[in-house]
Amino acid sequence: MYLGIDIGSSSSKAVILNEDNEIVGISVKNLGTGTKAYKEVITDVMQQANIEDKDIKYTVVTGYGRITFEDADKQITEITCHATGVGYYLDDVRTIVDIGGQDSKVIKLNEKGQVENFVMNEKCAAGTGRFLEVMARVLGCGLDELSNLATKATKQVAISSVCTVFAESEVISRLSAGESIENVARGSHIAIAKRIMGMCNRVGYTPKVVMTGGVALNADMVQVLSTELGCEIEVLPNCQAIGALGAAILARRTYNKLEA
Amino acid sequence: MEQKILTSKELLNDLVDKHYEGALRAKAEGKPVVWATSICPQELLETMDLVTVYPENHAAAIGAKKEALKFIEHAEGMGYSSDICSYARVNMGYVDLKHSDELNIPMPDLIFCCSNICNTVIKWYENLAKELNIPLIMFDMPFNHTYEVPEHSVKYMRGQIEYAIEQLEIFTNKKFDYDKFGEVMERSNRTCEWWKKATDWAKVIPSPLNGFDMFNYMAMIVCMRGNADGERLFKLWHDELEQKAKLGKGPWNSADEEYRVMWDGIACWPHLSTTFKTLKKYGINMVTSTYPESWNVRYEKNDLDGMARAYASNYANRNLDYDTENVVKLIQDFKLDGIVYHSNRSCKLMDFRQYEVQRRVTEITSCPSVVFDGDQTDPRSFSAAQYETRIQALLEMMEKNKEAKRRG
Repeated sequence: MYLGIDIGSSSSKAVILNEDNEIVGISVKNLGTGTKAYKEVITDVMQQANIEDKDIKYTVVTGYGRITFEDADKQITEITCHATGVGYYLDDVRTIVDIGGQDSKVIKLNEKGQVENFVMNEKCAAGTGRFLEVMARVLGCGLDELSNLATKATKQVAISSVCTVFAESEVISRLSAGESIENVARGSHIAIAKRIMGMCNRVGYTPKVVMTGGVALNADMVQVLSTELGCEIEVLPNCQAIGALGAAILARRTYNKLEA
Repeated sequence: MEQKILTSKELLNDLVDKHYEGALRAKAEGKPVVWATSICPQELLETMDLVTVYPENHAAAIGAKKEALKFIEHAEGMGYSSDICSYARVNMGYVDLKHSDELNIPMPDLIFCCSNICNTVIKWYENLAKELNIPLIMFDMPFNHTYEVPEHSVKYMRGQIEYAIEQLEIFTNKKFDYDKFGEVMERSNRTCEWWKKATDWAKVIPSPLNGFDMFNYMAMIVCMRGNADGERLFKLWHDELEQKAKLGKGPWNSADEEYRVMWDGIACWPHLSTTFKTLKKYGINMVTSTYPESWNVRYEKNDLDGMARAYASNYANRNLDYDTENVVKLIQDFKLDGIVYHSNRSCKLMDFRQYEVQRRVTEITSCPSVVFDGDQTDPRSFSAAQYETRIQALLEMMEKNKEAKRRG
């Protein structure tokens, strides 16, 4: 059995693969680095797989919290792990858009599914899940309600500030000017999409494009980004756990000295 | 009495102290002090025996000694935008506060500015001259949009050098000594040659040079190109590196060089140790950058056109085709495994072209690279965790390439 752990900034994920490369445990908790959530997801996947610590032959950790996690055999970056995890489901992906809690990245893959180039967001929350968390708070709704609200939008409201702090005050002024919550929710999705679009252009994206990370659960966001990119974006199953899945695959490969 | 033989590192430290102490002493003795930009025609100042300090050097040192934020915040409080180059903000803050706990420089009597390194220096140095009410000598060097530096740019530069000589004669109230000028030109060229030859030793595998040392020695190629101390230092450094290379010694005693990368852009002075140690941890040695060439200012003695061309041709002032070709050549000459691009919030000139150069270089060479966010002196614009993720991702790409090479 092989364990992959992804300790992100706002969620923790774990995946266990068996000898036949099948997923036998998968768990996601919406608490990230600095919390004990990583322990919970590990316990959870062990129970699902019905195994004990000694059954794990190799562990790979990834994500923002990887540096401080001490019980892994190896740490590998989110970039390589996402590229590998995506390959589990599809072998013709050329661009990965991963929008996580505090990091967003666009990864370009070659025809072998290997990382060719990538870009990550700058040292700020613009274009990340954090931006949506702030928006949801201002709009007085849950993060999971944003998508439904945005699909009811009747017009496009431009949120021009790229900075999360400025965007927050911009949204407040829009709301006090009488703009509907639905329209503003859509506006915040467009703002992220434009930011991600810039990163896609920088890396030189080509189809097929897939989206991973927690923000991929927001259907309206995916739709808005598809429109912006001018191509269909696929959302993979277990989109939040793709990094952990990639880590588990790399654990299995490393242990068995398999070629990538 | 037997004289102790200094290593180049000891000599470097002595010379840095001598440089700053000498400037402060000169000011106290009533001698005029010049503030100049880092790649200016210093030959003129050296010929006129003018004591010169370099605000960029000073700001970098203040940054490395972790005192920059005090001056930056002070400058921002005075109304300078946080989008302005942080060297400029440190310097403007220093001009107002006039004291550093770490390193002090005398206030200037003359401003000597050459815009071949960036256009921010034009407004920064004009502002200094105006605020301090002192004379300004400005070399205006428009950006070279064509691959070759056009002849009219060279003529324009030569005209400005001649005009600067007249202005210096008025400022010092003495005649310009053309014989001495010839000697200074000759020596400046020799020093630059030693600098280039020393940094070229990094082409050897493993490289005897750790590129972060180059960042330290750079301080002296800025301010000692034209004097005997500079020549002595860079010759000594060169000889040491030659000896190390011949013995097959790598950059560090405690680890082996596994990967060779280039660093694009200015150092992250406030986080020098973090940026260095993170690379070293993974066996990554920064073997070169665009800097060895920047101070390879070369021309024939007494050839004013050649001198004008050398200053007009600085790397920072060249077009995208030239930049791309330059990086591609560094990849080949230094057998690089990867490139680290420092997206430096301060330096718009370098940042604006960085993505396009990266795109073109990747297309031509497939050499893996990463971009990280930072700043030359503003400690707030850097995140150690983000830097490490990017470096580790670069390592994973370089590992894959090496593995593929091993498998044939």
